[in-house]
Amino acid sequence: MAYIIQGETGDWELVCGLEVHGQVVSNAKLFSGSAAAFGAEPNTQVSLIDAAMPGMLPVINEYCIEQAVRTGLGLKAEINLFSVFERKNYFYADLPQGYQISQFKHPVVGEGVVILDMPDGTTRAIGIERLHMEQDAGKSMHDQDPKRSFIDLNRSGVCLMEIVSKPDIRTPEEAGAYLRKLRSIMRYLGTCDGNMEEGSMRCDINVSVRKVGETGLRTRTECKNLNSVRFVMQAMEYEAARQVEAYEAGEEIVQETRLFDSARGETRPMRTKEFAHDYRYFPDPDLLPLKLTQDFVDRIKATLPELPDDKKERFIRELGLTPYDAGALVASRRAAEYFETVAKGRDAKTAANWVISNLFGMLNAKGLDIAACPITAENLGKLIDLITAGTLSGRLAKDVFELMAETGKDPETLVEEKGLKQISDTGAIEAVIDDLIARNMGQVEQFRAGNEKVIGWFVGQVMRATQGKANPGVVNQLLRDKLKG
Amino acid sequence: MPLDQDTVKTIAFLARIKVPPEARAGLANELSRIIGWAEQLNEVDTEGVEPMTSVAEMSLFRRADEVTDGNCRERVLLNAPEVAAGCFAVPKVVE
Repeated sequence: MAYIIQGETGDWELVCGLEVHGQVVSNAKLFSGSAAAFGAEPNTQVSLIDAAMPGMLPVINEYCIEQAVRTGLGLKAEINLFSVFERKNYFYADLPQGYQISQFKHPVVGEGVVILDMPDGTTRAIGIERLHMEQDAGKSMHDQDPKRSFIDLNRSGVCLMEIVSKPDIRTPEEAGAYLRKLRSIMRYLGTCDGNMEEGSMRCDINVSVRKVGETGLRTRTECKNLNSVRFVMQAMEYEAARQVEAYEAGEEIVQETRLFDSARGETRPMRTKEFAHDYRYFPDPDLLPLKLTQDFVDRIKATLPELPDDKKERFIRELGLTPYDAGALVASRRAAEYFETVAKGRDAKTAANWVISNLFGMLNAKGLDIAACPITAENLGKLIDLITAGTLSGRLAKDVFELMAETGKDPETLVEEKGLKQISDTGAIEAVIDDLIARNMGQVEQFRAGNEKVIGWFVGQVMRATQGKANPGVVNQLLRDKLKG
Repeated sequence: MPLDQDTVKTIAFLARIKVPPEARAGLANELSRIIGWAEQLNEVDTEGVEPMTSVAEMSLFRRADEVTDGNCRERVLLNAPEVAAGCFAVPKVVE
């Protein structure tokens, strides 16, 4: 599905690379012993190191290194056993050091790849350029006071992973799929919670356009700090259209940082000049190079969980699921585990249908995460067993499912309580049918004259008389026998 | 590598140091001499020599992932010119 911008001078295509900042899941910050948790009272999770008091020295948190390496392995990327922390110099009120400790020339993780599953069933490989560790800045609040900004340094010094993609993205949908896949991988690994609303995952996009068929890259612009997948896609669309319009009007695109205004759905240049972004990187004299051993990397590798791509592959190969169903189930690790519990010892396709159509549908409607699901996987499994055993018809099962979602009770209890058991007892059904036939000879004659459709009406009447509890298979069979006379 | 006055102006801006125009010529001269002094190192043949990162054979010291610090808001905010709602209050910085 190509994304073509039709201009007056011909067709243009979009070229985009993403920089994703993921906050590393850890107890303490990257270079200090302060807590890294979200949502504490302002400036209560700040040490004198995070506040950049003179004479304070950074000491690296080894778990953060492990998390970065783990993420790199999850991205099938090369791990650099030698990497260097450098200072990126700039001034901003929420950056007390006047520089950010980051990695520049020698990042801890090199090239890797993320595979996207597109809705049309195709896959796309997006290259990863690098992943490096760096410190997060503090948080500025501008809307509390007319004249002042308030600075909270709780986030200052929390470990970030910056994951830079190659300029392989060609459509806004791919950008969305890339972000969701990256988030899924990091959540599987437990290295970043991927919560864009809380800012633990943020995205900068680099956008340029070129004529279809061109191979070089034109000047790009950057939009920073997009905090939702939707905004990323909107900003890309706007920016690409703007650039095409500029080129066609005979203008040039200048390399600049632009802001995305989500209220207006447009980008505009930042007032700060590009000139200010002369970061003058140099190796941080407070920190020695980071040297890892292959043994350290191998030990982390040995603890990696099964990742979404492998899980999907296994669901298709071993359980016979369609790629679409398998993809839907593995997007979240919890959902995949839930499904596997339901499917254990049962028909995998039936289990997949119930989890995807009914369970995901219910969770979406209620706005719930799978972690807060009112129905346990064991109980959903039991519900499927009741269908298989003939105790519940498909329709009754849906009713029981609704009740389970409301009450959290197990299906057997609900069937007992509400008397929802399917009637398969031929005697009881026969009595209902005999009564119907006796009272509706007109319809019986129609059937005998060859109007097969009438049988549907009879089925409906039997179901109505039994509050939907009659076994549809038994009803059909008995009706046909009796109507024929 | 001699520095010109424009470069001095740029460096001063990046470092947020106020340098009056009349001081630029003198600074350009001084900085050029400092750089020139350091550039003598280029005369040494370093072909095949690994860059040295430390005089002692040490490796990067690491800490365990434990919360051992923080929770000292009063101390952190002690030198702040202005404090409001537990935050540093600074002149508005917003695009």
